[in-house]
Amino acid sequence: MSGPLVRVRGLAVDFGAPAVRGVSFDVERGQVVAIVGESGSGKSVTARTLVGLAGETARIRADELTFDGIDLTGLGRRWRELRGRRIGLVVQDALGSLDPLRRVGAEVAEALREHRIVPRAAVGETVLDLLAQAGIPEPAVRARQYPHQLSGGLRQRALIAAALAAGPDLLIADEPTTALDATVQRQVLALLRERAAAGTAVLLISHDLAAVAELADHVHVMRDGVFVEEGPPSQVLAAPRHPYTRALLAAIPTAATRGRSLSGTIPSLDEPGGRPEPGREVVAVRGVAKAFRIRGRAPITAARDVSFTVRAGETLGIVGESGSGKTTVGRMLLGLVAPDTGTVAFDGQDWAALRGKERRAARRRVQMIYQDPLSSFDPRYTARQVVAEPAGHARVPELLGLVGLDEATVDRPARELSGGQRQRLAIARALAAEPEVIVCDEPVSALDVSIQAQVLDVLVDVQRRLGVAYVFISHDLGVVHHVADRVLVMRDGEVVESGDVTEVFARPRHWYTRELIAAAPGRAVAGAAG
Amino acid sequence: MTPPNVALPLPEAVVAPARPRRLGFAIALGVLVLLALAAAFPQLFTGTDPDAADLGATLAPPGADHWFGTDQNGRDLYARVVHGVRPSLLIGLGATALALVGGILLGTLAAQSGKVVDQLVSRLLDVLLAVPGLLLVFLVAAVMGASGFTAVIGLAVGALPGFARVARAEVLRLRGSAFVEAAHGLGWSRARVVFGHIVPNALPPVFALGTVSLGAMVVASSSLSFVGLGPKPPTAEWGAMLAAGRDFLSIAWWPAVFPGLAITAAVLAITVVGGRVQSGIERRGR
Repeated sequence: MSGPLVRVRGLAVDFGAPAVRGVSFDVERGQVVAIVGESGSGKSVTARTLVGLAGETARIRADELTFDGIDLTGLGRRWRELRGRRIGLVVQDALGSLDPLRRVGAEVAEALREHRIVPRAAVGETVLDLLAQAGIPEPAVRARQYPHQLSGGLRQRALIAAALAAGPDLLIADEPTTALDATVQRQVLALLRERAAAGTAVLLISHDLAAVAELADHVHVMRDGVFVEEGPPSQVLAAPRHPYTRALLAAIPTAATRGRSLSGTIPSLDEPGGRPEPGREVVAVRGVAKAFRIRGRAPITAARDVSFTVRAGETLGIVGESGSGKTTVGRMLLGLVAPDTGTVAFDGQDWAALRGKERRAARRRVQMIYQDPLSSFDPRYTARQVVAEPAGHARVPELLGLVGLDEATVDRPARELSGGQRQRLAIARALAAEPEVIVCDEPVSALDVSIQAQVLDVLVDVQRRLGVAYVFISHDLGVVHHVADRVLVMRDGEVVESGDVTEVFARPRHWYTRELIAAAPGRAVAGAAG
Repeated sequence: MTPPNVALPLPEAVVAPARPRRLGFAIALGVLVLLALAAAFPQLFTGTDPDAADLGATLAPPGADHWFGTDQNGRDLYARVVHGVRPSLLIGLGATALALVGGILLGTLAAQSGKVVDQLVSRLLDVLLAVPGLLLVFLVAAVMGASGFTAVIGLAVGALPGFARVARAEVLRLRGSAFVEAAHGLGWSRARVVFGHIVPNALPPVFALGTVSLGAMVVASSSLSFVGLGPKPPTAEWGAMLAAGRDFLSIAWWPAVFPGLAITAAVLAITVVGGRVQSGIERRGR
């Protein structure tokens, strides 16, 4: 065991345009090395080059690219000796990466058989052992299930079990926790940490500086194909040297950023006249409940005795994990789902009592912003048409100006806009209907940190100017803490805690709120920034 | 056998379809342009009256006077092939257009209505699909009498269920999508959402199916004329001409071969161009 397991010097990858422009790093056995960057920074390409999967069109140059002394450049067919056997890869989309027609156990067993790790008779037992190691409870039951029967967290663990089957020396995890809830994310990251402690080298690729900071021994911050900063996480977080790292850290919404501009483009809310005073009560939700019945199964309770009010100009955050019912509550506000019991009222008028024309008119008073804005636009439309349909052509420049979309983009098809531009466009369309309430369902969850910062700033700015109320649904406590005035914490369809956001997060009364706060990855950053 | 943990999406360049051969497409497009011109202005291509019989020159072989020869009545075959473009292609075209419109309307109706209407429409389509297309045309011809119009109706009824099925599936898929929900959220009426957002987005796959079935429709319409269920004589229609020329094959090949070649060229051109149009629509849809 001489020298690092992975040694990379001057790696450059080119797809016609350069994607990676000369990066150097080492990964030692038992160490977790993280590469952090935003979309297009080249982090995934770097990771995939290490398993020979950069793509057929990739041109790879490197002064040195070795794994355990083996030169990885020009490996050709010999890749198969390394891939899966000595280098395991875990990718983000666990559902897409597992064969839907194969049981989880078979998936893991295949890796064992393919590389002839254990004798045939011992495969079954080893599979259960691997699943258990990956932190899957009741491995014997889970091994007989299909991927769609597993939750996102369990699927990701199954994928890790498959990657670990051959006992690789190096585990590459490309955004392994991005689609997962905070508490599950924490468990999966802990699992990776455990593997590292057992001697495996781990290369972690992530967009989330806060999440990896708690896990990694060494962090590289990547941008435009180069490392702009590197070091132990404590140093990178506490004393970032590069302006990009500083901007990235400043853009992370936390308790400490409340009222401040994340992207530095809007005035602070703490200045005089900055924060709007909450006005009259526009929405009153009283004791609503909703259960979804699927034939042959027990009904799923999505909401149980949920009550809250929203006042003009304020932001109500709803936090909770997948399946907590927060999206169902949002859809009830929009009148898309009718509650089984209870009422949803606007200005004292019950949604359920409205029919026909009145109901359609009422729809304009509450608008929605989706996590994936593109799917909410007619695929044939340009940006202008998206806004002009509800607003008329005359108001398009005003609305686009409000969300900071420039004229150059308006006649392009909506699908050609970037993620941040799409979300701005979605906000502009929602505003076109002149609503009193906008339901934002995970509006920034799919965005890079710096883009997320801009979109959050736009939302805050729009509220300051127009006095619109937001119901802000998110799994990200940092984001909610940044934008919301009050918060509801939901679990299994019930509101377990509610109140002023600072109060609830500072002094949580319910154990579940405490658990959520403990799992939130932002604490290290908040501590460093504060 | 790739281990499960390296199942990666292929880069776009690898999965993009190979570029269709350009020369074949150019020729097919040229043929289509000529056919369109001949359908609109047959006088551009020939000054001869296609129905003028010259009993002194029956079954004359191809030559300087008659490029494609003459038929058993002494009519100029070149003139008849040129004048035959319009009736021969219009039936297929008209039937496809009618089937498209009917299919889209029925499919949308089924998808947008309640369970009862949907079941009624869908089962009706099943029944239509179960009957062979040609048999359906015979049925229509038996009821309405043989004519070009009957052929259009018969062929359209036969092709309609396919289009309706695709349209229904598309509308059902789009109905649940976020942009439709967003349109409802803006307070639009149901009709506006359906005809302004759902139907326009459901059209591309139906049209793609239409362009590829056009060639088959032309063949079918010629077949109908061949068995005498198309336009009445003396209309110059390729299928009918082929049928008439067949009787003289032992002494003269040209009355059957030239209409046959015309059908083949037209169908090939339509299929090649249609295929390109289809892949274009599909690419744009992604």
